[in-house]
Amino acid sequence: MALGLGSTGARTYLYAELVEIGEIATRDDVSLLVVSLDTNPFFWSTFSLSFSDFISHVLAFLNSILLLSQLNQVVVIATGCNSCAYIYDSSVDSSHGSDTSGMPALYSNLLRKLEEFVARDEQLGKAQMQGATASSLLSGSLSMALCYIQRVFRSGPLHPQPRILCLQGSPDGPEQYVAIMNSIFSAQRSTVPIDSCYIGSNNSAFLQQASYITGGIYYRPPQLDGLFQYLSMVFATDLHSRAFLRLPKSVGVDFRASCFCHKQTIDMGYVCSVCLSIFCEHHQKCSTCGKYIPKFCPAYRGDKHNGNALG
Amino acid sequence: MSTGQVIKRAKYKASVKDPGTPGVLKLTEEKFVFRPNDPTSNKKLEVEFKLIQSHKHTKEGSNKPPWLNLVHSQGSYIFELESFPDLNVCRELVGIALALNKSGEAPPAISEEQLSPAEMALRIKLLQEDSKLQKLHKELVASGKLTESEFWATRKKLLDKDESRKLKQQIGFKNSMIFDTKPMSDGRTNQVKFSLTPEIKNQIFALKPAVHQAFLKFVPSKMTEKDFWNKYFRAEYLHSTKNAVAAAAEAAEDEDLAVFLKDDEILEKEARKKVRRVDPTLDMEADQGDDYTHLPDHGIFRDGSKEVSEAQNQLYRRTLLQDLNRQGAVVLEGRNLDTETEHLKSVAEVLARTRQAESDVDIEQERRNRLSRMTQIEDLQAQDDNHFTPLCIKDPREYFDSQQANAVKTLDDSQAGMDQSRCNLSSEEAYGSLRASISKIKTMGLSDPLVDPEIALKVHTGLTKNISSTKYHLGKNSKESVLDILPNTTKDQLLDHWVCSQELLRHFWSSYPITTPNLNTKVSRLKDSISQMYSKLEEIKVTARSDLRHQLSLIVHPMQQVLDAALLHYDADKRKRNAKGQKPNGYV
Repeated sequence: MALGLGSTGARTYLYAELVEIGEIATRDDVSLLVVSLDTNPFFWSTFSLSFSDFISHVLAFLNSILLLSQLNQVVVIATGCNSCAYIYDSSVDSSHGSDTSGMPALYSNLLRKLEEFVARDEQLGKAQMQGATASSLLSGSLSMALCYIQRVFRSGPLHPQPRILCLQGSPDGPEQYVAIMNSIFSAQRSTVPIDSCYIGSNNSAFLQQASYITGGIYYRPPQLDGLFQYLSMVFATDLHSRAFLRLPKSVGVDFRASCFCHKQTIDMGYVCSVCLSIFCEHHQKCSTCGKYIPKFCPAYRGDKHNGNALG
Repeated sequence: MSTGQVIKRAKYKASVKDPGTPGVLKLTEEKFVFRPNDPTSNKKLEVEFKLIQSHKHTKEGSNKPPWLNLVHSQGSYIFELESFPDLNVCRELVGIALALNKSGEAPPAISEEQLSPAEMALRIKLLQEDSKLQKLHKELVASGKLTESEFWATRKKLLDKDESRKLKQQIGFKNSMIFDTKPMSDGRTNQVKFSLTPEIKNQIFALKPAVHQAFLKFVPSKMTEKDFWNKYFRAEYLHSTKNAVAAAAEAAEDEDLAVFLKDDEILEKEARKKVRRVDPTLDMEADQGDDYTHLPDHGIFRDGSKEVSEAQNQLYRRTLLQDLNRQGAVVLEGRNLDTETEHLKSVAEVLARTRQAESDVDIEQERRNRLSRMTQIEDLQAQDDNHFTPLCIKDPREYFDSQQANAVKTLDDSQAGMDQSRCNLSSEEAYGSLRASISKIKTMGLSDPLVDPEIALKVHTGLTKNISSTKYHLGKNSKESVLDILPNTTKDQLLDHWVCSQELLRHFWSSYPITTPNLNTKVSRLKDSISQMYSKLEEIKVTARSDLRHQLSLIVHPMQQVLDAALLHYDADKRKRNAKGQKPNGYV
């Protein structure tokens, strides 16, 4: 990164740098926002809200986050069908001001990266043939977000308060159940709240659980043309301010799990008494831990996990 | 004695002093009968063993005649038999008879196990402490749905906890000063005697590691054990006379004795180690000046004289304070080895090993760690409040809170069924449209205004309304759940039923696979109670107020589903077992 206070004068300082030069004392309302952006083409091509409208709301939202504090940091991860990728990082993106298209650099950089990503994702989809599922790789983007946050945690004793925001529309992929639950539990361990703004028509059980377990906010905006209003009212609040605000509460959480054998969401199933794997039918031998179990105990809806990582 | 009957000549004595009435004693397993030789005598006896509490007898070889003493509640029957072999025969039968009658006395209890009064008391105590448990116990056990032992079998943990608390306590050292082991003088000669038990020796070793070291060094090679202890107590005696000068003189003569008289080096080393372990922010050395026991007129009364430390011969003096502190330290430390080890030598070795184990290699490192830990200032630490809800289900309410989601979900599902019919686009088309959207926004830029003001206002008011309404519907606050809309009686009933059905289901599922006839009866009994529970829930649903009926049925539905699953399993299992001609091993 080219440093030096050049003629532009508007240079973004890294949070750590500002701490170093004594610019700031510790501040409790500085956020690191990692956004997982759903770019599932199958979802967007059938959804009532067009992707261009959606992305314009999101871009405005990201910009307002950066405007809230000079030290706020935003990272965007695109969540596709076949891959995930970082498409924007405000700490690296040093060029400000407008470029030729009359658009802020933030937007044009992000959109350029997004285009590249979509092209690559399509290539990957072709290579893998038509096994493409309708769900996006939420587990992948959650893992990437957590990795990024871990790196920030380890960069020094002072760091902005991280949170993850999932902007998701496509339905849950039950086959990702174990991976997502593991991500949720590791987010819980490192006290990173996962906020979820779900714009699909049904509630997402994964995101409900993610927000419930990590103490984030789950919200499904009923009026999508006012998405920016929802984003700025609900999801822009930093963690410190949340203590003083009344934010929408989840009406309830769908705690249903996916079975490990057919990856179906089930109401009632069998649980291995050794490793707590869940199955929709009775097995002689647990496929996860290999334990021969003469009889599983049926578990029923409403039973919660005991907080262990799964798998 | 399989005959079950013994007839012997014996004399019946009403008391020990009574010369006795000669006659015939007939013993059976149920009773004993005494018929005097003189038919006119009124000393006839016919007593059932049920009334006998215990029996005693005189020992063969003692100078007493062979007596058999049968104790009953008011007194005892004493029989003098003709010989000891006769007595032995009778004794054996009495023993059997008493044992038989004891076990026969046991009440024809429902519980197959014999409970000790202590265990019974523990259960009663547990029930008294926990009113919920008591309620459940009443509901399930008193109505015969579960037996007492079945009920407690799932709560072994509760019972065990109290058990283990009792057993875990170790016997520590006595808190009496071992230094006060006083000699016994026989009054005639000038010799004194010390009585030593392995217990005392053990304690001496614990208190004075130097003595212990000396013991290890000298005992088999240089002197006998007796000599060793002689020397030790001689040194102790010198101490007790408080004659520091004499002690110094003796020590100069006998180097072995000097070991006992000098300050314990090992102790000092340990003391230094301990000082290092003290809170590092506390400067022990700075406080040393505060020690004024060496000043005149400061001291402690002991054995009638004031103990004031003097500067001279410091080496050979021990103060009471040192003794007291050491004693206290050892008693608090407790013993970590088996005191049963009788052989003193081995005791000494064991002690030596335990001491070596605590090597001082890591101590400096530990001290540094502690120092860094202590000097951390609390204000600079991150706040340790957790931003997550721990996952555990304890409160039955939580179950209902989570059920609400399912209720909401069913509404959701019914509304949006059309969303599933899609994804019939090819991937090229899908990606194409996505790319088109991106390029559209690239060229057009953000729309202006981004959000229609009217819509923004609508969203704003909608969201505000939503937030303020959820306040009354949900939340951790006790007044914010569907459960609380219900009248109190219904709510309590529902919670009780839930706890009860959980208990029943736990027992139900744990009885599978059915391998004993016992389990079979248990399962059928449980099944009956489960179906009762089912109808009770149904009843709650029907009797509810019409405006609450929908909410209530949403809550009750999953409970009934759970019971349904159990009933279905019962039927399926029964059919399977009836159908199968050949039963697998162990199945009934």
